[in-house]
Amino acid sequence: MALSLINMVMHLVLLAAAPPLMLGLIQRTKALLAGRKGPPLLQPYYDLYKLLRKGIVLSKTATWIFRAGPMVTLVAVLLGGLLVPFGTSAAPLHFQGDVILLIYVLALARFFTSLAALDTGSSFEGMGAAREVTFACLSEAALMLGLLVLIKFSGSLSLNTMLRAPAMHAFAMLPVASLMLAAVGMFIVLLAENARIPVDDPATHLELTMIHEVMVLDHSGPLLALVNYGAAVKLFVFAALFLHFVPPVPSASPALNWAVFAAEMLGVAVAIGLVESLMARLRLTHVPTLLVAASLLCGFGFILMLR
Amino acid sequence: MTGTINSLLVVVLLVNLFMLGASRMRALIHAAASQGVILSFMPLLLAARLDWIAVVVAGVTIGLKGLIIPRILHKALRDAKIKREVEPLIGFLPTMLLGALGTVLSLVLAACLPVVGHPVSNLVIPVSLSTILTGFLLLTTRVKAITQVIGYLILENGIYIFGMLLLAAVPFLVELGILLDLFVGIFVVSIIIHHINQTFSSMDTRQLTALRE
Repeated sequence: MALSLINMVMHLVLLAAAPPLMLGLIQRTKALLAGRKGPPLLQPYYDLYKLLRKGIVLSKTATWIFRAGPMVTLVAVLLGGLLVPFGTSAAPLHFQGDVILLIYVLALARFFTSLAALDTGSSFEGMGAAREVTFACLSEAALMLGLLVLIKFSGSLSLNTMLRAPAMHAFAMLPVASLMLAAVGMFIVLLAENARIPVDDPATHLELTMIHEVMVLDHSGPLLALVNYGAAVKLFVFAALFLHFVPPVPSASPALNWAVFAAEMLGVAVAIGLVESLMARLRLTHVPTLLVAASLLCGFGFILMLR
Repeated sequence: MTGTINSLLVVVLLVNLFMLGASRMRALIHAAASQGVILSFMPLLLAARLDWIAVVVAGVTIGLKGLIIPRILHKALRDAKIKREVEPLIGFLPTMLLGALGTVLSLVLAACLPVVGHPVSNLVIPVSLSTILTGFLLLTTRVKAITQVIGYLILENGIYIFGMLLLAAVPFLVELGILLDLFVGIFVVSIIIHHINQTFSSMDTRQLTALRE
């Protein structure tokens, strides 16, 4: 009982505090690969603090939806974070069928982000929202097919059971081929959903190409802080989700489990940094090809499970 | 053991999909080369005991498929001043979907085929069929002559995977003979490409169907 309480506290603390660190590590990896020194690892925290102390500028057409957007988004992704088990420890919130809730809270987050973008009345942000939901159609398919692989493997509809199933079985028992295919697909979903480089560039403000940056262009001060923090949490949740598709490192002690999880999360951040440094952003018309490929990979993984 | 073979075969599947979606010649050549190298390792993993012939064959295959053939293709690309974009007859996304459909069909087909499955991995036949189909797709849906060479290369890779089922029965001499044929074929084609390029202005295979006096 005491153990599960400690696990829960660890889960909550990590979910609340660690996400901006991942962003910091991605930036640091990119800077080092480009031969720069880069900002400090804690820079995203400083940025959040700075933004929280600033005022808000509102568009004339903005209604309460604009202010509610970042808040609803943040709450939705935090709820998603409570459903996904981190590493081998149980998730704080779990029940049969919560995988569907996860998909829907992530969709809700996206819905409100794009709604807030539309609410500003700027056609430019409307374009960003259109792009976001267009690509979401494809990446959600890949996400669901990827989750289907683990549902089929574990025979459970609860994230807590299905995501931890690979860790509960011996390596020889795992459907390695399916998991590998799904892992590649899920990594593409991770990059696409969090506006990372082959799909969207988080660092630029190039009008023709950006997706997420466009939608949040009118947010300022504390609202922008909420948006940025929400985006970091979303990245964290997707990375934790992705890790369950990678064959796990077995360990007996719970303390070691958390250490392994933390190391793996940092590894994912470095991997994203590497991808961002080594790849160019895809042309907007090529993004659907990539996302369809992700769906196909997850689909293959599922078909291999059926045989 | 099964896990290693299966993961290698999955990587082969991933490379297939990547090649159908690749829009740059260089990426295509690199992908074909890496697929060849991955496949050359497999007989070593599958062999019951390692004898020196198996090692020599694997070494020769890696050298040929991973180094020499890609180099010849790159040279042909440079000498003939071929543009670096792949020109598809039907778009990248439709070819990828066709490839995916082919893979699903080969998974279904492999279950129906009256062949004795591989003792180590049940993925060998489907991946082999899917690779052969990928080769055919590259052959039929890409315009340039050099892409067709790569299509043949992939086709051969698929047949090579199928050959792994008969690893005990097919003597390595036959394997080496096929490799030699492949090498000579690609060598000749790259020379032909060079000559066509010197004589005619275009390398578009579509123009081969239109005869003129």
